Amino acid sequence: MTSLTNAIDGQLPFLRRIFRRIFQREYFVYYALIAVVLFFSAVLADTAFFSLANFMNIIRQTTPITLMAIGMTFALAVGHIDLSVGSVVALSALVCALVLDITYWPIAVAAGLAVGILTGLVNSILTEWLRVSSLLVTLGTMGIVAGLARVLTNLESIPITNDTFTTIFGSGSFASISVMFVWTAIALIIGWIALSKTRFGAHLLAVGGNPSAARAFGINVIKVRMTAMIIAGTTASIAGLLYAGRLHGARYSLGEADLLTVIAAVAIGGTSLFGGRASVTGAVVGSWLMGIINNGLILWGFSTNEQIIARGLILIVAVAIGVKEDRK
Amino acid sequence: MTPRFHVPDTALEIREVHKSFGGVHALRGVNFSITQGEVVGLLGDNGAGKSTLVRCISGVHPADQGQILIKGKEVNIHSPHDARSHGIETVFQDLAVIPNFDVVRNLFLNREILSSNPLLRLLGWLDHKEMKKQSEIALRRLNSRIPSIDEEIRNLSGGQRQAVSIARAVNWGADLVIMDEPTAALGVEQSAQVNKLIKLISSQGVSVLLISHNIQHVMEVCNRAVVLRHGRIAANVAIEEITPDDLVGLITGAKQAA
Repeated sequence: MTSLTNAIDGQLPFLRRIFRRIFQREYFVYYALIAVVLFFSAVLADTAFFSLANFMNIIRQTTPITLMAIGMTFALAVGHIDLSVGSVVALSALVCALVLDITYWPIAVAAGLAVGILTGLVNSILTEWLRVSSLLVTLGTMGIVAGLARVLTNLESIPITNDTFTTIFGSGSFASISVMFVWTAIALIIGWIALSKTRFGAHLLAVGGNPSAARAFGINVIKVRMTAMIIAGTTASIAGLLYAGRLHGARYSLGEADLLTVIAAVAIGGTSLFGGRASVTGAVVGSWLMGIINNGLILWGFSTNEQIIARGLILIVAVAIGVKEDRK
Repeated sequence: MTPRFHVPDTALEIREVHKSFGGVHALRGVNFSITQGEVVGLLGDNGAGKSTLVRCISGVHPADQGQILIKGKEVNIHSPHDARSHGIETVFQDLAVIPNFDVVRNLFLNREILSSNPLLRLLGWLDHKEMKKQSEIALRRLNSRIPSIDEEIRNLSGGQRQAVSIARAVNWGADLVIMDEPTAALGVEQSAQVNKLIKLISSQGVSVLLISHNIQHVMEVCNRAVVLRHGRIAANVAIEEITPDDLVGLITGAKQAA
């Protein structure tokens, strides 16, 4: 009762306001990042963990995850989720690599992107039309797209020899700075502006926060939700192209283990898994945090298996913090 | 009503409005009008046609037959957008706010002010500063006691949320605000705040159509009560000429209008 009276009087207790500002959920990812870096720096003091070169390397390697996390942020902002992103990575990369064999690289890139755009479109049409959770729809398309990727080349890898393509999509560098940084920067800037600074972003978050109110205010809820799902699919296909460019080839297993990493990165970055609250910068920093943890565990001598356990734990911690906040 | 120097203008007039859903004849020729700045309570039992009538006026379910006149001019209302463009705003009981948005974003949702820079405008870039400024003006006009316009709506009390909804409607130049049970979910003190707000906007020339089950509430804030029964007007009386008991009688059908 006191809190209600206080709110009416417009005077939240001063200390509590300060406390709330410092421990805002949006900042959690930064505190986590500092804690993790300090922890690994201490544990791995005799390695090259705490070095600019290592951090640059982490950001470069994490770029596909970063892009997927930004796209996932849009899907979560409207209250959806896209579980098919990992599968889209593989199929986009394979389609692009196959088309690259027969024609110019821009057409191959368009074909790769088309995979993500189409999957996003199918995901959103099915979600709206069947009126079921996007969780279930994209669980289905995740299987379908992963299966298609396996069938397409009979589990074979497709090498990529086109230098222009590999230079643009991951392998090249400008003045010794990897092109991956350019991709991260562009995606971060576009994503942040779109979500935080524009009418489009406001409508996304409104739809995720209270769809019936958004509808009553005259917002085309279905259109907004469909756009968000298409963005999620598109960023996944760009991630697929970046993997293909970096590895000079495509394989059905690309992106296979990325879904958990992406969701954990977005959740720890302060985006609600239930819509209406989303942070692009949080998703980017969250993806770096995941990259740092991976890197630290490897240097510490842990295997991939322990990394997967760590990712799962991070997701649960992030969700626990988020749910507490959402129920307030 | 405060005396005016001129005859009060009619804000809204409903003539012979009919509406059926399948075989159910929900509205069977409804006639009434609201003058400028008047607060009219719309009463009736469940199924009397209150919601249907409101949906006809707000464009959610257009009327089958009949006329809707605004300031004496006949208008076609086929969608909520039509209603809004004719100055009719609806304040819903609970679906009217985005809980995780601050007050400013709620006031301007889907009516955002864009940047004056043509290039940024093309991107849909928001002018948050201007929206904040106008929000402050809008809330000051309603003497509203919102702690901070940067506060997220979910941290506000029910009465404050309702105040934001009403401010939103009034801020968009509504001549008629339809309120559906605005105090149903509120405590005594909060309801009193909303009532004060209703009287304030009425004194500023905005008409209010108030749907309520609460007779006491209607007696407190309304100038007139319109009672619907079986899709027809059962009574249309000035509040000072009726007792709460008679009003209940009119709603249940125990009493007939004089």
